Amino acid sequence: MLKALFKLFSSLKLTVTCLSLGCILVFWGTLAQVHLGLYKAQNEFFRSFLVYWPLDGSAPHLPIFPGGYLLGTVLLINLLAAHLRYYQPGKRKIGIALIHLGVVLLLVGQMLTDFLARESALHLRIGETKNYSEADRAYELAVMDTTDKDSDKVVAIPCSVLVRRGTVSDSEMPFAVRAKTFYANSELTEKSAAGFEPVKTTAGAGSDLWWRELPRETAMDRVDAPSAVVEIATPQGSLGTFLVSAMLSQPQPFTFNHRTYEMLLRPERFYMPFSLHLIEFRHDRYAGTDIPKNFSSRVRLQNLDSGENREVLIYMNNPLRYQGETFYQASYDPDDGGSILQVVHNPSWLTPYFSCVMVGTGLLWQFLSHLIPFLKRRMAAPVNANTPRKEKKKS
Amino acid sequence: MKKWIPLILVAALAGWVLSGLDQPPETGLQTREFGKLPVLMDGRFQPFDSVARNSLLQIRTKQTVPLDNGQTLTANEWLLEVLMKPEQADDRKIFRIDNGEVLALLKLPENQKFYSFNQIKPQADEIEKQADRIEPIDAAKRTVFETQLMKLFSEMNLYQRLEISLKPPGTDDFAAELAAFQQSIAPGIAAMQARDAGKKFDQDAFNNLIGFMGSYQTVARYALPAMVPPTDPGAPRDDWQNIGTNLMATAHTGEISPPAQAYAAMVTGYRSGSPADFNQAVAAYHLWLADRFAPQVNKARQEFFFNSFQPFYKALVIYVLALLLALCSWFVSWGNLAELLRRSAFCLIGLAWVIHTFGLIFRMYLEGRPPVTNLYSSAIFIGWGAVILGMALEKIYHDGIGCVVAAFAGFVTQIIAHNLAMTGDTMEMMRAVLDTNFWLATHVVVVTLGYASTFVAGFLAIIYILRGVFTNTLSPETAKSLARMVYGIVCFATLFSFVGTVLGGIWADQSWGRFWGWDPKENGALLIVLWNATILHARWGGLVRERGLMNLAVVGNIVTSWSWFGVNMLGIGLHSYGFTDAAFYWLMLFVISQLALIGLGLLPVKLWKSFSVPA
Repeated sequence: MLKALFKLFSSLKLTVTCLSLGCILVFWGTLAQVHLGLYKAQNEFFRSFLVYWPLDGSAPHLPIFPGGYLLGTVLLINLLAAHLRYYQPGKRKIGIALIHLGVVLLLVGQMLTDFLARESALHLRIGETKNYSEADRAYELAVMDTTDKDSDKVVAIPCSVLVRRGTVSDSEMPFAVRAKTFYANSELTEKSAAGFEPVKTTAGAGSDLWWRELPRETAMDRVDAPSAVVEIATPQGSLGTFLVSAMLSQPQPFTFNHRTYEMLLRPERFYMPFSLHLIEFRHDRYAGTDIPKNFSSRVRLQNLDSGENREVLIYMNNPLRYQGETFYQASYDPDDGGSILQVVHNPSWLTPYFSCVMVGTGLLWQFLSHLIPFLKRRMAAPVNANTPRKEKKKS
Repeated sequence: MKKWIPLILVAALAGWVLSGLDQPPETGLQTREFGKLPVLMDGRFQPFDSVARNSLLQIRTKQTVPLDNGQTLTANEWLLEVLMKPEQADDRKIFRIDNGEVLALLKLPENQKFYSFNQIKPQADEIEKQADRIEPIDAAKRTVFETQLMKLFSEMNLYQRLEISLKPPGTDDFAAELAAFQQSIAPGIAAMQARDAGKKFDQDAFNNLIGFMGSYQTVARYALPAMVPPTDPGAPRDDWQNIGTNLMATAHTGEISPPAQAYAAMVTGYRSGSPADFNQAVAAYHLWLADRFAPQVNKARQEFFFNSFQPFYKALVIYVLALLLALCSWFVSWGNLAELLRRSAFCLIGLAWVIHTFGLIFRMYLEGRPPVTNLYSSAIFIGWGAVILGMALEKIYHDGIGCVVAAFAGFVTQIIAHNLAMTGDTMEMMRAVLDTNFWLATHVVVVTLGYASTFVAGFLAIIYILRGVFTNTLSPETAKSLARMVYGIVCFATLFSFVGTVLGGIWADQSWGRFWGWDPKENGALLIVLWNATILHARWGGLVRERGLMNLAVVGNIVTSWSWFGVNMLGIGLHSYGFTDAAFYWLMLFVISQLALIGLGLLPVKLWKSFSVPA
């Protein structure tokens, strides 16, 4: 039984099957982007073990095709098993081994990236300094104790807790926050309109607004705007229900026990042990046109721990890599008065570089080790030998 | 004697190519001299000649305008007319409209392919009304009619802007007008100042200047090429203005700039039917530019030479000739004729490749870029790479197959490139993230060579199938060497497509921190790698033999064409784009033809002419 299983998992037939299925998956997943949007298609087809039908997630939800993770895993097992089965030491096989080792590294590196990498954005107006970046899609409910002028105490509640309509208490807060209603994507208006309901809250701003739930965004360039109604529950009773929303830019203030608080639904923040200060942002265009030629941000990097304090120029194709974070020039404010840096934390970012060198070398080795002897044989044979062969063919 | 025939052929064709360099001098209007003048448009310096050719290609899909009297206007002659005598240009039939619904909207007869601006003008308001409605609709969701109407709208926009790029509408004697304008500046300014100060002022002088400024403002707003260089030696060298802006600025300096005067003299000479005056104005302006703007003048001259030499067109003609010779070499059996034809084809391909390479390098020099910067240049480069591979195969196997592959690839990719040039300037500037010669030179070149080699493998397989099924010329030896060629080329393709694809990922990692984003173009490249890997593993595993290998290689053609073109169509939307755009139509036709070939390849051996008859 084990032997048969090993034979199956080390067979080239399995390799060919997986590769062919991979081709279909990639083709299908690309076509599906037209309807699903890049973000959703990517999750349904490539970052999944199985592809389900129908694709929009409605019933009956049947698994119909292997997803990217499944094919990748089977190919990995297949590759390792085949090498165990067929590997022979020797110069001729170095290329093959190198190629496959590189492919393994690439696959493993990409899977690690999927699980470990974190992307966020750092928006800086000119002259502004920040020591945190913000998530592109994820939100958090920040409850801030603003009583002291010098420093705020912040408790950040991730949206995942609000989704469960749960109650959060924290030793830093003398009250609990209870999520009453949560819409992962929503729209607010000031006037009643079809499909909208009044937001019924008992405290804070927004009780006169109307809202409605929207389907989650699936396109890469659009993000959800979550909204929620939360209640502040104190040992002395409720302080009322408040509206918090990604569409509200002002925090909801309230007081309790002579201390003042503010509550804001904001993009999740990631703090860094250093700060960036935007000195200058440039948007260069080609002469006489609006075609962008380059975007660049001159920033000051300040690290109080190490005493580092230097200027850095971040521009297209030239990111800043510092302490495991990489800062890329991603976008800018319409008035050219601010810059948006993409911040990527990816511990496995170097794997493709090694993999590329390994596979490239391996393929070249393998290719040349066949081509050169072949050419030598061909060249050694007299050229005219072909003419008679051609004659024979005609007969 | 026979030894010399290929060389004589090469010499004759080389003579034909070189003869293009020696153009007879122009009698009458020296439009070519005008065509060499540098202007700044789309962010780069180019000669008027390029503006003319690219605009005409966009509007008319051809680089010339045939007239009713049997004569033909060159692109330059057409542009001169548009710039200087628009009332005459309005009668030229240059707008190509194929869509019946658009024709019906414009109340135009259906039996013409090309229509003049004057024919369309009565419905201009209607076109604008429709365009206003269509504009906000996502390009992917437009109907065929809407897409075609927007295309016509943008062509008319281009045409109308060109018409007022040099002179205000209605101006006849531009030189005299500018002299009057200059006269009007001082009294006009004085009147303005007096008026602003609340004093008595000369109303006529005031109105006179305002009138001029009004008409130059129209030009300033809509003119396309910036044709007036800065006269201040300290100004940045790329700070060119369009003539309207320049004339408006004259109100401050009081002096009309020499370039504006030169252009006005050209207009007056042209309109008054006096070629000598026109020619003299052009020559004087060339002289004025020569020592002040030498780099721009040289760039424009070189590009003019490149445009008129047409190296890619000439290479195409020779590739076709070579293809015919090479194909014949397979089927004749008279004496040494086959070998002679094969050698002649090989030599001609060598000549065409030299011209092809010359064009490629000249383009790189003009652009200051690696060879592939857009879809157009990728076609040129794929052809170039495939020709090298084909010639290498021929050098190894001496059986005419490499020649056919090389000549066919050279010829077809030039045709594709020619059709891709319809969208406008093929040397457009690279947008910010693409503005990196390092990645263009590594990732793009390598991945394009991957495309080229996958196509070569696929085309070799097609030769195998066609010769095997329809002729008895596919001997077991030839079949075996074809299989070896396909295998070798697929290995080569795997190397290039893998390394190219990963380099692309690394570029993405460098520019926005995401090695892989499952974006359509990335997936397209990945698909080629996966497919080539599938072919190799299927062969090693013994899952396919000779014929199976060939069929898989033909599938490689479909995969590559989809990655090359198909994914670009996805970006704009599969639906409406699909059935209107010629590229999609051709892609579908290509895919169907490849499926048909695979069908042939799957026929049982006994139906194959080559295998049923014992060799």
